[in-house]
Amino acid sequence: MGISRELALEMYRRMRLIRRFEERVVELVNDNEIPGITHEYIGQEAVAVGVCAALRPDDAITSTHRGHGHVIAKGGDIRYMMAELMGRETGYNRGRGGSMHIADVQLGVYGANGIVGAGCPMACGAAYVFRRQGDRVVVAFFGDGAINQGVVHESLNLAAILDLPVVFVCENNLYAITTPIRSVTRNELWRRAEAYGMPARLVDGMDVEAVYEATVEAVARARAGGGPSFLECRTYRYSGHYTAERNLPYVRYRTEEEIEQWRQRDPIRTWRQRVLERGWATETELDGIDGEIERALEEAVAFARQSPWPDPATALEYMYAEPMEGIPARGWR
Amino acid sequence: MRQIRYLQAIQEALYQEMQRDPRVFILGEDIRVSMRGTTRGFVEVFGPERVLDMPISEAAFTGFATGAAMAGFRPIVEYQIPSLVYVAFDQLANQAAKMPYMLGGQVRLPITYLVMGAGAKNNAAGQHSDNPYPFLLHAGFKVVLPSTPYDMKGLLISAIRHDDPVFVLCPAALYALRGPVPEEPYTVPLGVGEVKRDGSDVTVIATGHLVQTALRVAEKLAEEGIQLLVWDPRTLLPLDREGLFRAARRTGRVVILDDSNRTCGFAAEVGALLAEECFDALRAPVQRITRPDVPVPFSPPLEQAVLPGEAQLLQAIRRVLEGKAEPSVAVS
Repeated sequence: MGISRELALEMYRRMRLIRRFEERVVELVNDNEIPGITHEYIGQEAVAVGVCAALRPDDAITSTHRGHGHVIAKGGDIRYMMAELMGRETGYNRGRGGSMHIADVQLGVYGANGIVGAGCPMACGAAYVFRRQGDRVVVAFFGDGAINQGVVHESLNLAAILDLPVVFVCENNLYAITTPIRSVTRNELWRRAEAYGMPARLVDGMDVEAVYEATVEAVARARAGGGPSFLECRTYRYSGHYTAERNLPYVRYRTEEEIEQWRQRDPIRTWRQRVLERGWATETELDGIDGEIERALEEAVAFARQSPWPDPATALEYMYAEPMEGIPARGWR
Repeated sequence: MRQIRYLQAIQEALYQEMQRDPRVFILGEDIRVSMRGTTRGFVEVFGPERVLDMPISEAAFTGFATGAAMAGFRPIVEYQIPSLVYVAFDQLANQAAKMPYMLGGQVRLPITYLVMGAGAKNNAAGQHSDNPYPFLLHAGFKVVLPSTPYDMKGLLISAIRHDDPVFVLCPAALYALRGPVPEEPYTVPLGVGEVKRDGSDVTVIATGHLVQTALRVAEKLAEEGIQLLVWDPRTLLPLDREGLFRAARRTGRVVILDDSNRTCGFAAEVGALLAEECFDALRAPVQRITRPDVPVPFSPPLEQAVLPGEAQLLQAIRRVLEGKAEPSVAVS
């Protein structure tokens, strides 16, 4: 399962795009251009990218409140993402969802979700349809905080008993908002999944190659009818639970030393180094990719800024497939 | 026309729609054995892939249906008892109900939620006797509450073919009711109420099994020369407002008979609509007969005391005829 040069560069490009997208989001939040609540994916890029690199375009994912990285990794268009974050009519959800509900169902992104763990049963339902129709696979992303959510355990059990083609990807970034995972769990997270009767393992979530290889194995099993798997990807978020947390100096739950230690293992810098070492690209070529990303990002910001706000007269649309008194029906595109 | 029972009408609608559309499948607890018979034998006909017995994980199998609908199937979810929707409430109110809107119309969720055993039956006590539709209506779910075998079959088929999530509540009190039902598939449209009995003196807006209660009372009062108009909304959302207003205006004296809790309940919504839209036609204050806001108690005389019934309806009818109004919950 060697990694081709093409894939290596694509993984670099997507991780870097996620990082820069999120850094730009922070600026735009601080400038009040993005309203509402945003949760950055910075630090965890290797997980989304390593997992989604192992998927086919027709596979699907369910995402979390920290979902921007998943959407980009699955191939989402950052223009529609940025427009959605700014609440514009051209956004993925026409401004009805925002950061925590961003989705591209045709692309297989079945939605970010504002409720921890809530996407897991939906992943099972989609996987049931996929299994009956062919060999598509679903990845359910969730965090360490979700591991104590009942519906996640119910979903693990459901996927196991129905042999569903689901890969459960637990991104353990060590903190459920501010609560350290070790203070709310007694055992290794992946061992819980094992107890439901599926292969489960711990993966270095800072190493995109390790994540990719583990996911390739799990996806192959799912596609072949071998049922679900569970990957605990040990990772870290560099910044707060949500963007505005940096404005709350009294919220302290991690040491600077700890954050710095994880930064030393930065997934993008590590991967860039490996790409160079293996002769897949030169510094100049990688700098070229970085430049393309900057241009795409500015184009996305410009697209969002120039996009119209949704018309308040349409605030009731999209609720129903068929119109009801006072509530018109509108479909997608 | 042939007569069948309410439960048989449910079974027939499910069976015919499973036959008609391969994307339709049914999931829930004990579906294959089917204690009430509504899906008995289905697994032999449609196979284990379309007749899914679920673990006792209401939240997960509710979300499962959402995911399957997003991927293009048309799930039917059976809840054995109405209170199970509370267990699944995040997956209902916060996920399925909001998903099409929050996603800007990217998905439609053609899910039918079949709620068996709705309402009180044989002293099942506080956690097995609810009519949870006010919660569901508040969340924006379409809700169907059929009062006859004919309506059940036609409305259930409509719900299964509908592209939005629809709750179909099956009052336990109606299971044994017999009525004429065509053998072939047919639909009763969502959002269309029906005058179940015409009359010129008092309008009774009744829901679910209480439609049958209202019809019995109408029969008795007719002997006294009082003519009741009994109107059944059949669908609580979308609500047939024009039909409701016509029924209210016909007599100007309205009693709402509904077996859910009082505060912010379905009767409260209907009462508010009538105040907004039919005030000029009302000749007496609108009367609500509902459950009081307590759990259904276990002991038979206590249960009897809190459930809306004929006695409360008769009292309320006399009040609107006298033009006098006193608040009326089921406890008198």
